[in-house]
Amino acid sequence: MSNVLLIDFGSTYTKITAVDVEREVVIGTANGITTVETDIMEGLNQALSELFAVTGKMEFTKVLGCSSAAGGLKMVAIGLVLELTAEAAKRAALGAGAKIMGVYGNELSEYEIEEIKALKPEIILLAGGTDGGNKEVIVHNAKMLATLGIDVPIIVAGNKSVAPQVVKILSAVMTEVVHTENVMPRLNELNIEPARETIRSVFLRRIVEAKGLNKANKFVNRMVMPTPAAVLKAAELLGKGTEYEPGLGDLMVIDIGGATTDVYSIAKGDPNRANVALKGLPEPFGKRTVEGDLGMRYSATSLFKAAGAKMIADFAGVTESDVEAYMKKVEENIEYLPQSEMETKVEIAMGRACTRLATERHVGQLVTVFTLMGDAFVQTGKDLTAVKIVIGTGGVIVYHKEPESILKGTTYSASTPEMLKPQSPEFWIDEKYIMASMGLLGEEYPEVAIRMMKKYIVRR
Amino acid sequence: MENNKVKVVLGVIGADCHAVGNKILNYALNEAGFEVINLGVLVPQEEFINAAIETGAKAILVASLYGHGEIDCRGLKNRCRETGLGDIKLYVGGNLVVGKTDFTEVRNKFLAMGYDRVYEPGILPDQVIIDLKNDLGV
Repeated sequence: MSNVLLIDFGSTYTKITAVDVEREVVIGTANGITTVETDIMEGLNQALSELFAVTGKMEFTKVLGCSSAAGGLKMVAIGLVLELTAEAAKRAALGAGAKIMGVYGNELSEYEIEEIKALKPEIILLAGGTDGGNKEVIVHNAKMLATLGIDVPIIVAGNKSVAPQVVKILSAVMTEVVHTENVMPRLNELNIEPARETIRSVFLRRIVEAKGLNKANKFVNRMVMPTPAAVLKAAELLGKGTEYEPGLGDLMVIDIGGATTDVYSIAKGDPNRANVALKGLPEPFGKRTVEGDLGMRYSATSLFKAAGAKMIADFAGVTESDVEAYMKKVEENIEYLPQSEMETKVEIAMGRACTRLATERHVGQLVTVFTLMGDAFVQTGKDLTAVKIVIGTGGVIVYHKEPESILKGTTYSASTPEMLKPQSPEFWIDEKYIMASMGLLGEEYPEVAIRMMKKYIVRR
Repeated sequence: MENNKVKVVLGVIGADCHAVGNKILNYALNEAGFEVINLGVLVPQEEFINAAIETGAKAILVASLYGHGEIDCRGLKNRCRETGLGDIKLYVGGNLVVGKTDFTEVRNKFLAMGYDRVYEPGILPDQVIIDLKNDLGV
């Protein structure tokens, strides 16, 4: 018996995907409304009824779950220098699928402690100092966090020379303090995998219970990770492959939602030409960024502010006042769908703006430095110009008739030559909306997940 | 891997790609028992500062080779003061000015900018190491 059920407990919908791992096919999918306040099983049972109505009752050999329910995994990242260990801590949290509520650097003040308390983080990631480097600041911050007044799991991922001291200070008041490897053990050396793993295990141990997701425990074999981590995992599998199944190579994934746009890149991003100096903190091979102001409904106003009426109007070929009117309408009525040709054009243009801005914030940049010996080039971030595959996922793209028009925003443009965006990518669409499920499936059946993604994610 | 080596930050400042001297200094400092955080070339002031803060370095060694160092080097001491690195040692050397000027003038100018030691072209790493050991009491 080879049926596996994959569950995504989303913030609004509980999405289920039934898969036959022997035949490597999706048997069926269904949605229920997420019922985290009452009993999570209600929404899940609703989805199961819908599924069984089509497939007939099924038994599953395995049930795996991921979650972004109840607002997702909320985290605060703290480091020393904002561009260095604070940034490294932020990347570790993003890679773990968290929602970043705040990033702090240097010595925390009482005001900042009040701020952090008000943010109600579910996990705090505390970093600062390279190994053997600065000691004072992380110790100071531990003492400050000890005055937080709420019991929050804290992961210590800073200067290892003072880790025992830091853990001791925090353990006196917090019930869960976990030490892991430094997110930046030597200057400009990113080491976020251990912190990512630790975040995931704390999530499973503590947060799953706190969000009521453990009520599904009798049914779900394993709650595996926060949902965005599942998408990243799927992307990593599909790009890298395993020793038994080749991957597709470097790729990017764009996920546009009502509130945020997430961008994932699976690539080393080394410079594509000679004489380029790489500067700044290196970026993770599997990189995730989240833009909380770029979305199609809840964030329509902030999207309007970020993109400007002109960009959207130009993409759509309509007037700026039409754009403004439509975007106001959809923010007020998030269920609204375009009714006319004009509205459809604006909708596509909004998607393209989300894609363009989110991609530009994700990719690396190349600047020319004029030196006495000729031009030199400095690159920060990843060079993604050679990426050949851009995958679109998320409701906005998957249910759209013309997703390629939206994904055009990812492509390199001569008007912004410093942005290292893919030059001539193919667009592949996650038509069956299975990426998160495949990330889950990949935990136990990695080669099956890769082959299924190759089959179901379709090149346009 | 526990180590108690004194850390020093090294780099070539500004729009400057000269790399050979940087490698020679790196090697010599390593041999002398320092842990070198080498930022390479094309290094802006912020990068020296950020590296020194995170690594707990005791000295910043700034190299400027293309003869226009004054513009790039000015202000580093103030940045150190602002960011809590008031006590860090600042050394500068390389090819600090174009043309043949009396080096005493050059030295005084850079000392006035807040550098602790100023080196003329042709200095050997040994001297830098002796000075570092004296200044840092190692």
